[in-house]
Amino acid sequence: MKHTLSVLVENKSGVLTRVTSLFARRGFNIDSLAVGPTEDPTLSRITIVVSAEDTPIEQITKQLHKLINVIKIQDLDPAESIDRELVLFKVNATPERRHEIIEIANVFRAKIIDVGRNSLTIEATGSTDKLQAMEDLFRAYGIKELARTGKIALARGSRDSEAR
Amino acid sequence: MSERITGAEALVRCLEAEGVDTLFGYPGGVALPIFDALYDSKQIRTILPRHEQGVVHASDGYARATGRIAPALVTSGPGATNTITGLANAYMDSIPMVVFTAQVSQAVLGTDAFQESDITGITLPITKHNYLVKDPADLPAVIKEAFHIASTGRPGPVLIDLPIDVSRGELDFEYPETVHLPGYKPTTKGHSRQIKQAAGLIAKARRPLLYAGGGVLAGEGTKELKELAELMQIPVVTTLMGKGAFPEDHHLWIGMPGMHGAKYTNYTITETDLLIAVGVRFDDRVTGKLSSFASKAKIIHIDVDPAEIGKNKAVDVPIVGDAKPILAGLVGELRKSAADPKTEAWVRAIDDWRKQFPLHYHTVEGHIAPETVVQVIDKLTMKQKRVICTEVGQNQMWACQYTHLTEPRTWVSSGGLGTMGFGLPAAMGAAVGRPDHLVIDIAGDGSIQMNSQEMATCKINDIPVKVVILNNGYLGMVRQWQELFYDRRYASSVLDQMCPDFVKLADAYGWKGYRITDPADLEKTLKKALAEDGPVMIDVHVEREECVFPMVAPGGSIDEMLGGVPGAPVSDMLDDDLLEEVWE
Ligand SMILES: Cc1ncc(C[n+]2csc(CCOP(=O)(O)OP(=O)(O)O)c2C)c(N)n1
Repeated sequence: MKHTLSVLVENKSGVLTRVTSLFARRGFNIDSLAVGPTEDPTLSRITIVVSAEDTPIEQITKQLHKLINVIKIQDLDPAESIDRELVLFKVNATPERRHEIIEIANVFRAKIIDVGRNSLTIEATGSTDKLQAMEDLFRAYGIKELARTGKIALARGSRDSEAR
Repeated sequence: MSERITGAEALVRCLEAEGVDTLFGYPGGVALPIFDALYDSKQIRTILPRHEQGVVHASDGYARATGRIAPALVTSGPGATNTITGLANAYMDSIPMVVFTAQVSQAVLGTDAFQESDITGITLPITKHNYLVKDPADLPAVIKEAFHIASTGRPGPVLIDLPIDVSRGELDFEYPETVHLPGYKPTTKGHSRQIKQAAGLIAKARRPLLYAGGGVLAGEGTKELKELAELMQIPVVTTLMGKGAFPEDHHLWIGMPGMHGAKYTNYTITETDLLIAVGVRFDDRVTGKLSSFASKAKIIHIDVDPAEIGKNKAVDVPIVGDAKPILAGLVGELRKSAADPKTEAWVRAIDDWRKQFPLHYHTVEGHIAPETVVQVIDKLTMKQKRVICTEVGQNQMWACQYTHLTEPRTWVSSGGLGTMGFGLPAAMGAAVGRPDHLVIDIAGDGSIQMNSQEMATCKINDIPVKVVILNNGYLGMVRQWQELFYDRRYASSVLDQMCPDFVKLADAYGWKGYRITDPADLEKTLKKALAEDGPVMIDVHVEREECVFPMVAPGGSIDEMLGGVPGAPVSDMLDDDLLEEVWE
């Protein structure tokens, strides 16, 4: 089962290593990881997606709690949280195919951010499913390069205020 | 008012403010500013062990014996990496410790400079927390936090890495009075509803059992443990780490459980209907096969570390917090409800098993049984204030089985990591912390060779430890496993051609040395040797192929034990009538 953990940590050097090494030590594979500052500059939020059964994930969260720099951990319920990911696709685009690709991008409300002689670079945000669907479509044209940020997520409004 | 001083001076001031009286340290280039500053301290005694592993184990032994921190200080690179085993050892056994490692200057940090090592990276998984200090101004707060983190919640080692420009740099010194750690707020009190619920189960239980570990000692809960046991007449097993948490001359004490526990002890765990686990972590050396460990029991688990609860074994009532307030809470609840003990038949049954299946060994004419040596030491020193330390192997198991300790913090033994070479430096630390105690290291001839250089430290600093070597010419515990599970193929476990003459070794270091080979001399010579003033090494030549029994095969059920008397699994030989009464 996939779990999305939202981990609020002190914004200090070495904290990310402490967090990820806990997963590594137990042989967990991290599917995706995104880190950035929060509204409070002394804090960062790490969003981690891992595949694990419930018991090991409970152990991991308890062990994470033991880290001195970890302030709060939420195992986000997909129904009660929102998540996004940003992707850049550099797609093969000969002048003849350009139009089709732009149309696909439009359908997904993605943006063309760079045009090369034989390529288009497209920026898209959304859920993992949506981005996967785009990727499948672009694959037919040939994806030259791809970069994903990893998922970021927050609990929905009411949940958040309760947690505080 | 703050005052402008160097980082190194600030460090010394901070330690003085923490009440530190002893520091174990080994110098080197980038550590020199700190050693130089320590040179002026009137409060702190700096002791120079002969190896950084000795430095850290000494700090560990000091903490186990006193509950207080004697920091360790080493230089960068090899000095720092030599602390790894000691840190891992302290981490596994939750021992409070603060270790300072000096570091190359920040200008060259990360360039593989001379004697540089990424010690904070290396020790990430074996410290409770660690710091790389980058600004001298941060030093006071970091040291304050380190002592706080090391000694509260689940205790553990904290490492502080200090680049030389930080110890040489200047700051306006002021020692903070409080710590600010938003992510660190250990729960200490225990949830009142869960305490009530647990008390309810205890009040009803017919076959309850207290299973106490190192957490009772760390959480200063020994008095409350005894109160609870006596109030409800609950028998108590103590783990290797919990030895000393309950008086071992008490009729309710029923030994150490697990791989080398007595049959009556393990059988009691198998038959209990309510296991009250306090400050234990259900270690595999205790539980054997998890599914059959206390399988008839409801389980109450009290631990300050929430991650321990349910880690290995599902629990019915979890209580997070320190042993002391929670045990006191349970006693309070039970008194309030005027609960009375219902354990008479249970205690009687256990007493019967204790008589039927005691710890037992054979003696061979003309040979000294290692168990006898421990029993004689125990007898000779029973009335004294004493601390028993051990190395690792058979010596450790026999020391645990055959000594009877009645006071907390009188047992110093490497549990979780099982570190050979721990005993002597740890005994040294314990003896420094408890100068009024007789400190004995029960050793194997293999283990003692791992850190025997600390004999010099003991001599020079008047640390009067007594080392008793159970000399069997083997890596005994390894030989035992080879005898039982590897067809007696004694690959790399024979020591005797390579052993030094321990009496000459003692002489070389200015220690008194004794050798005992004749059973007739054992008691007399031990008595004389243990009464000597300074450090003494006593080399006792014991029966070479003795095994520690009983024994649970690794991964086996703890009630199916090899060896000892009688031979068959205990479950086959119990008195049916007695069982019926206990089972109602
Ligand atoms: C540092 C270290 N290396 C290896 C081991 C594995 N080991 C466990 S017991 C043992 C033998 C100990 O022999 P000795 O010190 O002579 O004690 P005895 O078992 O004979 O009492 C060994 C090698 C260990 N525990 N620690």
